[in-house]
Amino acid sequence: MNIFEALLAFLVFPGFVFMVIVGMLISWVDRKVTARVQFRVGPPLLQPLYDFLKLMGKETVMPRGASRLAFFGAPLIGLAGAVFVGTMVGVAMFLGKGFGGDVIVAVYMLVLPSLAVIMGGIASKNPLASVGASREMKLIVGYELPFMLALAVPVIQSGGRLQLAALLQYQAEHGSFATTLSGLVALVIAILCTQAKMAVVPFDQAEAETEVMGGALIEYSGPALAMYKLTKILMFYAVPMFVVTLLWGGFGDLSAVGIILGVLKYLVLVVLITLIRNTNPRVRIEHAVAFFWTWVSIPALAAVVLAAVGL
Amino acid sequence: MGVKVRALMKSPWVFHVSAGSCNNCDIEILDCLCPRFDIERFGAILVGSIRHADALLVTGAMNRKSARRVRQLYEQAAKPCLVIAIGACALGQGIFRDSYSMVQPLDEVLPPGAVTVYVPGCPPRPEAMIMGVVKALNQLVPAKQPVEAKKEQADE
Repeated sequence: MNIFEALLAFLVFPGFVFMVIVGMLISWVDRKVTARVQFRVGPPLLQPLYDFLKLMGKETVMPRGASRLAFFGAPLIGLAGAVFVGTMVGVAMFLGKGFGGDVIVAVYMLVLPSLAVIMGGIASKNPLASVGASREMKLIVGYELPFMLALAVPVIQSGGRLQLAALLQYQAEHGSFATTLSGLVALVIAILCTQAKMAVVPFDQAEAETEVMGGALIEYSGPALAMYKLTKILMFYAVPMFVVTLLWGGFGDLSAVGIILGVLKYLVLVVLITLIRNTNPRVRIEHAVAFFWTWVSIPALAAVVLAAVGL
Repeated sequence: MGVKVRALMKSPWVFHVSAGSCNNCDIEILDCLCPRFDIERFGAILVGSIRHADALLVTGAMNRKSARRVRQLYEQAAKPCLVIAIGACALGQGIFRDSYSMVQPLDEVLPPGAVTVYVPGCPPRPEAMIMGVVKALNQLVPAKQPVEAKKEQADE
């Protein structure tokens, strides 16, 4: 893959443009399902696009005393991280390419959007934003451990393969990891961590509207806020797709059946996340951390042990 | 009509400012978000931060404490930002008009022309509020008719 191909992959397919289209569709699905759960009608299909365009046209307010570089740089860093993960997953899935150890890089890149929220929150010099940022930090400390343990399961099962494409290859030959006991446990844990990674209820303490008035994003308006919203939309594509690829066989051999099944798996995951968010109240931050360190980390550790003994 | 205005009309995020109301209007505003009226159909959602807002729904009769804060909130909002006065109190101080703690009605506290639409009622029905938002959004469209009407008047 030369530099031109890499740029094309990053910016068009399966990178930015493709991710924006899929992400906007899927975030509409999320809002529509939410509305239907609450017996409402819900927003029109193009609503995420309208929201984005509107925010791009609004005034940008920067609080006095805020750090300009961090305040406007943070949203872009988050956006770049989300695009990078989505591109790596897409390249492995659709083109069968990648580089050794891209699973580890993807895990690092997945932290960037959360890091952007922390950075932007602290840079905006608002007490409520600082509260939101500190909550995000605690949440990362909570969910990163079980998330990495869950991702260690496929690596152990496949005998130490650290490349997304190689893991997909392994799943195509031996059946997806989710069909084994340890893989199934890891999938459930990954779904819970996805919930926290995408900052949706019950783990949206950092942006809680009713408690901290938008939390870390409280001071953001206009295009900068649009970047955060876009990051969130892209994460709706990137994180569930990453989990599907790593633990649930991805799009298989890219035949028609494989693609339909892959899309279905992805939709099932997204709708599941939406349903969890609609049927649970927001938990307090210490409860969230305690939940991840006990009820999620212990089964994750068990899954790793099971994977090591070959179950 | 530009993309900006079109997108704003399709996704007006509302922020709820209670300037010392009796809570009746506030409950009716929440009714708009509930299944029966569901203003998310039109892209409107309730936001937590003033910086994210496109429309301020102001309720209540603006006493000495809250008047200054309402003005501050309006200044903090990212423009363009519509202001919709909801309920008899926000319109003209209602039954609290002669109270010792009242200062000025909303449209005198905010800069002239800031208040886009007045929704009367005590409390106004949710339908009336939705109609108010629609009217406010329609005012964003570069006005053709008033100009023509003025021309006609001049011709006469």
